Amino acid sequence: MKKHSYIIENVFKGLSFLSVVLFILIFISIFFVLFNEAKLSISKFSFTFLFKATWDPVREEFGGLVPIIGTILTSILSIIFAFPISLGIAIFIAEICPKFLKNFFRAGIELLAGIPSIIYGIWGLFVFVPIMKNKVEPFLIKHLGFIKIFNGEPFGIGLLTASIVLSFMIIPFISSMIIELFSMVPDVFKESAYALGSTRFEVIKYVIVPYVKVGIFGSVILGLARAVGETMAVTFVIGNTYKIPKDIYEPTITIASSLANEFTEATTEIYLSSLFYLAFVLFIISLLVFLISRILLLKLIK
Amino acid sequence: MRLRIILDKILTLISTMFAILGIFILFWILKDVIVNGLKSISLNFFMEDPKPPGIEGGGLRNAIVGSFIITFIAMMIAFPIGILSATYINEYSRSSKFSNFVRSIYDVMLSSPSIVIGAYVYALLVKPFKTFSGISGSIALSIIMIPIILKTLDELFKLVPNFTKEAAYALGAQKWKVIVYIIWPYIRVGILTSILLSFARVVGETAPLLFTSFNNMFFEINVFKPMATLTVNIFNFAMSPYENWHKLAWSASFLIVIFVLIVNLISRFLVKE
Repeated sequence: MKKHSYIIENVFKGLSFLSVVLFILIFISIFFVLFNEAKLSISKFSFTFLFKATWDPVREEFGGLVPIIGTILTSILSIIFAFPISLGIAIFIAEICPKFLKNFFRAGIELLAGIPSIIYGIWGLFVFVPIMKNKVEPFLIKHLGFIKIFNGEPFGIGLLTASIVLSFMIIPFISSMIIELFSMVPDVFKESAYALGSTRFEVIKYVIVPYVKVGIFGSVILGLARAVGETMAVTFVIGNTYKIPKDIYEPTITIASSLANEFTEATTEIYLSSLFYLAFVLFIISLLVFLISRILLLKLIK
Repeated sequence: MRLRIILDKILTLISTMFAILGIFILFWILKDVIVNGLKSISLNFFMEDPKPPGIEGGGLRNAIVGSFIITFIAMMIAFPIGILSATYINEYSRSSKFSNFVRSIYDVMLSSPSIVIGAYVYALLVKPFKTFSGISGSIALSIIMIPIILKTLDELFKLVPNFTKEAAYALGAQKWKVIVYIIWPYIRVGILTSILLSFARVVGETAPLLFTSFNNMFFEINVFKPMATLTVNIFNFAMSPYENWHKLAWSASFLIVIFVLIVNLISRFLVKE
């Protein structure tokens, strides 16, 4: 009886250990598998791949500059749109909103976060693109056209639209992280500031935000990591054109969307390998962005 | 003196406007998906497979079944690995360094792009066997699911009070018995919620399926063959120029959004319990 029980104990422990090991192995092998598949392209184009703007499957000349720039531009623009709005939402929900509405708003934001990215994609394509093309972009061109990057053709599909749809996706993500951070500020701090006659603005500016500043920065970077790897919402509305945009309306492409579009069409080995090279670059970028956010968030805990 | 008050009012106003904007976006998207979905969905949607462009009607029976099978298998793979890993790092691992290492890995995995996971599984399972398959889609999804489950369960394990465990140990219970009869039942509602939420999260995934399970215009339940899913069909049909395929894409979006909303509501209810 006793022996039997020991066997179960060991089997159970062994299985648990194996699961953890399997999980770690999957993670580590992603790195090696992607690298291995990209090897052909890496040995042919080396690091110049990252700085070359040609993408020509017919002549088998590949460079990743356009999708890399597209990825950087869309994610940074989307963060620029998303951050102030997320901060506003977080301040409203944490500090301003009356108690009975709090749950309504929080639930709404969480539901927004739960909607799959493909839905943002189809909605963006059929609903948001026409609005951008017929209303928003002509308006911007008319009133901001004197600035070079705002002067161009209203494509509808392109950098600006993709960045806005992307920002809709990351707003709920960043704002719920900031709400969480705000709740870490001890009430005593806030109450003493209020007791001194501070307004809400002053409490937020001088007490709450300084307390969690690093954390806010960390959550923004984590939002950036999301934006960098987001595929479906972007692929629908970016235009998928291998061209570095001259203004913010032009169609371009991101790493994730070029993978989504071309992976199953890659006919030659070097083509497929170059796509894996892009996937590898994307994985490394997202790792780096994650590391930065982790370092910042850890600083906050200390 | 007056300036401070004005600044305060401005801040209140702007924050309120942004929060309303957030809710507005939610309702805007929901409205369009529901209106367009209801316009195009019919009983045929559940009964028929897609028809070629130009021919009216057709449904996505194949994709509904495909999505369910692929996500269900992903769940069957991810859940045991998730719960056993969470158990190991909380109950067995002697060094907290190792546990924290695993915690960092699931955090990294949570923020790595899902399309990269698709490429990874393509290299491992599609390229060597020279065919897209439903099962490779399941495996891609399970790789996305494991860190989600692991993270939620990891947080739940910390909620189990020590004295409950100690009471069981004091009676001479072995570790596995404490885990299976005390710890897991203690967090069972949380386990259920994490299963539901990760299912809802993954059923909407598209990127990792594009080049693993691929797509199939026909009804297919053999998981070693390419299989249709709702999400991949939304992508293909919405990008196509055909009106009746657009309708199918909206119907599929409607179905997914309703499913995700219902699951979220159920899990909210469970958490409150």
